[in-house]
Amino acid sequence: MANKDPKRGLIKGRGLPLRENDVDTDRIIPARYLKWVTFDGLGAHAFEDARKDAKGQPNDHPFNDPRYKGASVLIVNRNFGCGSSREHAPQALSRAGIEALVGESFAEIFSGNCVTLGLPAARVSAADAAELQDLVAANPSLVVEVDLEGREVRAGAKKYALTMPEAQRQALVAGTWDSTGSLLSNEAKIRKIASSLPYMAWKTAG
Amino acid sequence: MSKNLFDKVWDAHRVGSLPTGQDQLFIGLHLIHEVTSPQAFGMLEERGLKVLYPGRSFATCDHIVPTESRARPFADPEAEAMMAELEKNVKKHGIAFFDFASGRQGVLHVVGPELGLTQPGMTIACGDSHTATHGAVGAIAFGIGTTQVCDVLATQTLAMDRPKVRKIEVSGKLGKGVGAKDIILAIMARFGVEGGLGYAYEYTGEAIRALSMEGRMTLCNMSIEGGARSGYVSPDQTTYDYLKGRPYAPTGADWDRALVWWKSLASAPDASFDDEKSIDGSAIEPMVTWGINPGHAIGVGQRMPKIADLPPAERDVARKAYDYMQFAEGAPIAGTKINVAFVGSCTNGRISDLRDAAALAKGRKVAKGVRALVVPGSMQVDAQARAEGLDKVFAEAGFEYRNPGCSMCLAMNPDKLRGDEVSASSSNRNFIGRQGSPRGRTLLMSPAMVVAAAVAGEVVDSRSL
Repeated sequence: MANKDPKRGLIKGRGLPLRENDVDTDRIIPARYLKWVTFDGLGAHAFEDARKDAKGQPNDHPFNDPRYKGASVLIVNRNFGCGSSREHAPQALSRAGIEALVGESFAEIFSGNCVTLGLPAARVSAADAAELQDLVAANPSLVVEVDLEGREVRAGAKKYALTMPEAQRQALVAGTWDSTGSLLSNEAKIRKIASSLPYMAWKTAG
Repeated sequence: MSKNLFDKVWDAHRVGSLPTGQDQLFIGLHLIHEVTSPQAFGMLEERGLKVLYPGRSFATCDHIVPTESRARPFADPEAEAMMAELEKNVKKHGIAFFDFASGRQGVLHVVGPELGLTQPGMTIACGDSHTATHGAVGAIAFGIGTTQVCDVLATQTLAMDRPKVRKIEVSGKLGKGVGAKDIILAIMARFGVEGGLGYAYEYTGEAIRALSMEGRMTLCNMSIEGGARSGYVSPDQTTYDYLKGRPYAPTGADWDRALVWWKSLASAPDASFDDEKSIDGSAIEPMVTWGINPGHAIGVGQRMPKIADLPPAERDVARKAYDYMQFAEGAPIAGTKINVAFVGSCTNGRISDLRDAAALAKGRKVAKGVRALVVPGSMQVDAQARAEGLDKVFAEAGFEYRNPGCSMCLAMNPDKLRGDEVSASSSNRNFIGRQGSPRGRTLLMSPAMVVAAAVAGEVVDSRSL
């Protein structure tokens, strides 16, 4: 990931529909994979439990479906990524080959984490998300274009308006989503605000 | 109209605007645990950066800590490696670490307030979604990802979008045997698990003002379950009484200065909000969840909803919930058999929770076949519970009384459900597989309701005991 051009103005890839509201980050990556001190290897475990039936055999989860192998645009529904703040969730999706998410809505910590990885989470209307999922399911080889610069998602002849917080959109388009650098450049201002906060100087027993 | 607490605190911590238009926000208190920090320290070192304000970060270990034997090395080599990594990082960067030897280890969201680290008017961040807990004292507190943990370490700031603020007024007096957990589950049931997206919540009203500080922590803790990244209660005398004398609370003349500042931050009666909602506190009964997210909550006397009666957008998730939980739509939730009972977590692992639980457990026995655990939220909660003899009350009633940690809330340690066991749990999430078994089933409820279920072997109204 580190070597790629950081600009995310236009992402093209085949789609992968995941039809479900309120998919939580425990579902995306179970907690037992949080016991590693690096993010390496998480991609193989994305949706690990959700991909199995009660007997532990692979079920019809789209991540098991050979038609979607190599797909990179994950199309979801409402409140995707709710629950735990674990960055492991977008890390696992990214390492499983997902380069953009399109859906009705995303949980806030999750979408913020996506931005810090340069992974767009773009919103479309509920009806548009459902239609995109239908289009992709009917034609898994269809290329989906997530055009953050033009603010639309295109699939075949269809176009859908996309939205996302403007700051996130700009950062992804410009390739400036790695926030640490710009935060660091304001050290003098940081120290000024710090010294203005009453509690920074208070004495405590400790 | 005046500014609400959130806007006053945000403005005081705003360093400036970033080129993207986001705000750069100073973080007054950064809390660190073993699970979401190792990669952040790795990133810091990869970039050759140092910790800008090591004195503003505090660490402890909670998620992976075993609750039976804490002897090192831990039996689980992955847990041991994670713990060793944290020890190395805090030592290298000069960050205070509440380890076992300090007597202050515990779940971060229990430890922060009890040490007085958590104060009104602060911005508080931590790589954990339940950081909203600290809003109980009138702080802006929210969960962040690991890359953002690196940002806080390196700059003590974050790039943030400013949320809108919604006032949620809980009016009236709560009924006997109804508490903060029931309020927040009722709020989830009413406004849904995504209703708070883009908002911070200010909880107010007669029922909120009457809550203890620990009750307010339970309330704010689950804000994220409703989609709100942070939730808070404006500070009042209850807040100041709670903080006074705690180790990291200001002392002497600084205490007086602090009081003046804190009082100036509280939302005035004419404070303006982007949105306002209300809920009748007197109508809330003890709540229980029946499904796979915390919004799937009903009163203990109610029946589980029929799918056809739900709004269309909620039906698919409800269908999946019934399939997973193996429950019948329209059936009463009372009488649901349980296999496991868990009292603990950052939601309900404080001393007041253990007192509530022990009051009901005293003189009763856990039903045959039910595995029941009490896990205090911190070493200090544990010490207090032992001083009051609560550990003995639990042991006599047939509960296993364990060492502090996150335990079965997310089962990153050996405390897990097995197969499709049903758990009555005082924790915060009933997600699929949350308590360590991919088929495990969780019913969220208050500590009193958990004890009642443990004793009866099934969901019952704790007020009937």
